[in-house]
Amino acid sequence: MVSLLPLKIENATVRAGGRTLLGPLNLTLDGGGTSALIGPNGAGKTTLLRLIHGLVRPRDGSLAWHVPVAHARARQSFVFQHPILLRRSVLANIGFPLRLAGVRRPDATGRAKKIAADVGLSDHLAAPAMALSAGEKQKLALARALITEPELLILDEPTANLDGRSKREIETILKKAIAGGMRVLIATHDMGQAERLADEVVFLFHGKVHERGEAAGFFASPQTPAAAAFLRGDILE
Amino acid sequence: MGSHPYADVFVSEIWQGAVSAFWLVVTLDSDLLEITLRSLQVTLTAVLIASLIGMPLGAFLAVRRFRRRRATVAILNALMGLPPVVVGLVVYLLLSRAGPFGVFNLLFTPTAMVVAQVVIVTPLIASISHQAIRELWAQYHDLLISLNATLIQRTATLLFDARRALLTAALAGFGRAIGEVGAVMIVGGNIDHATRVLTTAIALETSKGNFALALGLGYVLIALAVAVSLAAHLLSRTERSGTW
Repeated sequence: MVSLLPLKIENATVRAGGRTLLGPLNLTLDGGGTSALIGPNGAGKTTLLRLIHGLVRPRDGSLAWHVPVAHARARQSFVFQHPILLRRSVLANIGFPLRLAGVRRPDATGRAKKIAADVGLSDHLAAPAMALSAGEKQKLALARALITEPELLILDEPTANLDGRSKREIETILKKAIAGGMRVLIATHDMGQAERLADEVVFLFHGKVHERGEAAGFFASPQTPAAAAFLRGDILE
Repeated sequence: MGSHPYADVFVSEIWQGAVSAFWLVVTLDSDLLEITLRSLQVTLTAVLIASLIGMPLGAFLAVRRFRRRRATVAILNALMGLPPVVVGLVVYLLLSRAGPFGVFNLLFTPTAMVVAQVVIVTPLIASISHQAIRELWAQYHDLLISLNATLIQRTATLLFDARRALLTAALAGFGRAIGEVGAVMIVGGNIDHATRVLTTAIALETSKGNFALALGLGYVLIALAVAVSLAAHLLSRTERSGTW
């Protein structure tokens, strides 16, 4: 099967409400590894993720996948910052993407049970999804994203507002997926998380890629004053 | 100081109505049973058909973007206030011998009453469904787009997950239909043993000055409406804790 990546974004701009949220932005995403998208609030991290996933359209510029764009989204999964859960059981939520894809119910249920076990939700299969704790909800969202075995997993602040234990559990699941060869693109405010998970860092500032580099090098010696200031915890405007 | 004589008469009528209702139910009065069952049959059929039309329509209007969608929703909301008597008149004209559907000989049959009630209730069910599904669509939008759900899959997902709210829509439709008298009187004709239902029987007994019996039938009608609503909630377990 032809690989989904690389993705080439050229001069892409996203505008809403009369102002530019992103761009003009150029970025190439190659296969393999984990990229952490970091930057101050309003830098355009979420907008870039949504642009890549096709949830927003560029006003100008282009996105070119290695496969026809009509097939691109089906080979990605997106985990939202605030999990969007169906008003159904945990098991039904996890198996939902497979049911949409036409997988028969017994097969979907079987795979959903297996992945629920992998993320530690086996004890809650019949529970309403909305009854879970915040950490469990995010694990459910992650399980649902992983069940289709996507080539590209996009995560938008998946551990924001979670306690340390939930954060560690989610990172463990992610590391397992990464070890399995899954390409991961994660937006995070948590620099520790970026260091733990990422191979490379994309620093966004004012809607543009301000700096990009190998993770260890970036955190050790950022090349731009803005990135250095951000890592120091200075307020960037 | 004694009470007002009219108040005594009023209380007396209410009491006699309760007694009448009690005896009608206890003795399983055959006429009462017949018109109650007909009321239920006509109304439940109408609500079922109206739900099959109104709920997907509400979902479609919530999910699909098209020109004049807002105008369509506004018209739908306005149609909730359709005067039943006017609906009855229009359906009468359509089903009368000279009308376009006269060939089917449906006038003064329960089917004609169902048709009138469907026209009255569909906008109500569609509008409430639209409101509920629109809110759910706002929550689910990104997820369903992300998962490449087709229009039919989106609609089906929203209808399924909004089922509690849709039950409320159906019950609102049932409440409106079971208590409706103007349209069913016109297209049904209130014919004994044919098209008489609880509401038209109440109207008839009231016109005859038989207030106690009319009130008795009214109590039965209220009990029926409450019983159906409770049964629907119990069956769907809407009030069970911890579930959606």
